Amino acid sequence: MRWQRFISVLKARDKEFVRDRSALAWNILFPLLIIFGFAYGFSGDQMERYKVGVLVHSEPAQLEFLKTRYTQFITIDSSALQQAVNKVERHQLDMLIDSQHRRYWVNDSSPSGYSLEKMLQGSGGKSYEKQEVTDQQVRYVDWLIPGVLGMNMMFSALFGVGYVVVRYRKNGVLKRLHATPLGALEFLSAQVVSRLWLIMVITTIVYLGCDWFIGFAMYGSYLDLFLVFVLGAFSMISMGLIVAARVKSEEMAGGLLNLLSWPMMFLSGVWFSLEGLHPVIQKIALIFPLTHITEAARVIMLDGAGLSVIWPNLLALGLMSTIFLFMGVLLFRWE
Amino acid sequence: MNSILEVSQLTKKYNAVPAVAGISFRVSEGSCLGLLGPNGAGKTTTVEMMEGITFPDSGEVRYRGKKLGVQFKNRAGIMFQSTALQDFITVEESLELFSRLYPVQMDRQQIIEDCALDEFLDRETSKLSGGQRQRLLLAIALVNDPDVLFLDEPTTGLDPQSRHNFWQLVKKIKAQNKTIVLTTHYMEEAYELCDQIIIMDHGEIIAEGTPQALLSRYFDDVVIHLPESPLIAQQQKQLADRLGLKRHPRHPGYEICTADITGAVQQLIRSEIPLEGMQIRERTLEDLFLELTGKALRK
Repeated sequence: MRWQRFISVLKARDKEFVRDRSALAWNILFPLLIIFGFAYGFSGDQMERYKVGVLVHSEPAQLEFLKTRYTQFITIDSSALQQAVNKVERHQLDMLIDSQHRRYWVNDSSPSGYSLEKMLQGSGGKSYEKQEVTDQQVRYVDWLIPGVLGMNMMFSALFGVGYVVVRYRKNGVLKRLHATPLGALEFLSAQVVSRLWLIMVITTIVYLGCDWFIGFAMYGSYLDLFLVFVLGAFSMISMGLIVAARVKSEEMAGGLLNLLSWPMMFLSGVWFSLEGLHPVIQKIALIFPLTHITEAARVIMLDGAGLSVIWPNLLALGLMSTIFLFMGVLLFRWE
Repeated sequence: MNSILEVSQLTKKYNAVPAVAGISFRVSEGSCLGLLGPNGAGKTTTVEMMEGITFPDSGEVRYRGKKLGVQFKNRAGIMFQSTALQDFITVEESLELFSRLYPVQMDRQQIIEDCALDEFLDRETSKLSGGQRQRLLLAIALVNDPDVLFLDEPTTGLDPQSRHNFWQLVKKIKAQNKTIVLTTHYMEEAYELCDQIIIMDHGEIIAEGTPQALLSRYFDDVVIHLPESPLIAQQQKQLADRLGLKRHPRHPGYEICTADITGAVQQLIRSEIPLEGMQIRERTLEDLFLELTGKALRK
């Protein structure tokens, strides 16, 4: 690989992106609009449905309260007790029940928790022992931001590489470059690095912008978050390379990229927690890089988790990046 | 002269339809070779196989006796029939980008002067006129100071003035002893620029030689052109029998192809045909092309 050739292509791609003002503006405005929209939309007490975590032991829970209507009961493995309690602290769960040990957790500052507590006492749970937790409430927008940042990275990575390389192939830019000594690896590396650093800059701008205007929770390490975003963006850029490898028409590329991005957008836990979904869908969601980005970023930002917690997500992203990159380079054709 | 490129038994099929059917020829160093042929004759496929962009089904192309490889890529300059450049990049940045892709680079200022790019160096490539764009694409093909320059229909779509300006540029490059392989639809262009011509049709070579040699080989006559006249119309059959007079296939008027100009003119005078507007011209490559392929070049 000749660095001079790599840097030349990298610089040209950067200039092309930065000077395309409308695309650049859209890349920054799109996530801001979504976050502001949700921050405004969920700023009131509009969430009427209660969310109750139920710790699962060997014996099924027998409690009248668990039949309460208009309440979502989410089963939680007893080994994940601490994470579940954290969710009560952050108001992500209104109540947590452990029927085997006859105890429950509610956040003292949660009106929903108070209502549920009263309902529990009137539905066979009088003898249950209260485990009180207090912490700052996590608003929906706090919960949403990691996913939206990840989603914006996904669109920028997939379309910024997949779509652009297909356009180059269609209009003859690739053919012209192929006539030079430039190698496929040099060309693709330049595309990946150019998009990666632009994504990181844009994500930083969006992050700072959101923090400045609406403020949000961040309890973890910025370095860990940076690592998650870099690896996440890299995995999705590599995914874009597979689409870019051979497709010749922009319409086809657009279709394929939508096919990849839409399921990720809805099944990666960006908008709602996957906990209430069917277990099969939860398993399927694990094959999406965005699921791992969202999960890891969320526990860093909301729970202050470190590398010891997020390493499975980082490992998954690393594996996906390697597989996607290998396939993308292997399948790549100039024409 | 040494051969810089050797093409041997080159074949290429697309969906079982032969585009190039086993052609062989050599290109001498420092010469300009013109590949002519109607659309679909196989010119572009041939040139792209010579450029190493398209792989032949069989046969091979050798550059200085060796198979096409990195050395060839470093020493070849290519101007495609249609090519796009990255958006939002200026002329100067495009030159810089392509220059840096090669180990050997020609002095950029020299290219800018040779191709007259000074006026629009800072302009984005998407905002160039047709002539300016072709000059930039030629400049890009020259950034590595190539030994061999491939020009695939470089003046198609240009106005006559831009086309003549482009020819002057190519002549300047030719004077630097560079080898040029040119495909064109314009016979005048081939005649102006090429030392050697290959005419192709249906993927095969149907004629090969210098423009003059080809014209001498196929023609020993000149063409007398006569404008429209009622007297010719009245005597058309007799004149056709005696002089081979026929209507021009594309323009108003008539043509007589003859090696005996004096005899033909005397016959016209005897038949009281007015000679006002009469023109006598030598045979051109266009005549040769029509003769060999039976098709107008721009069909």
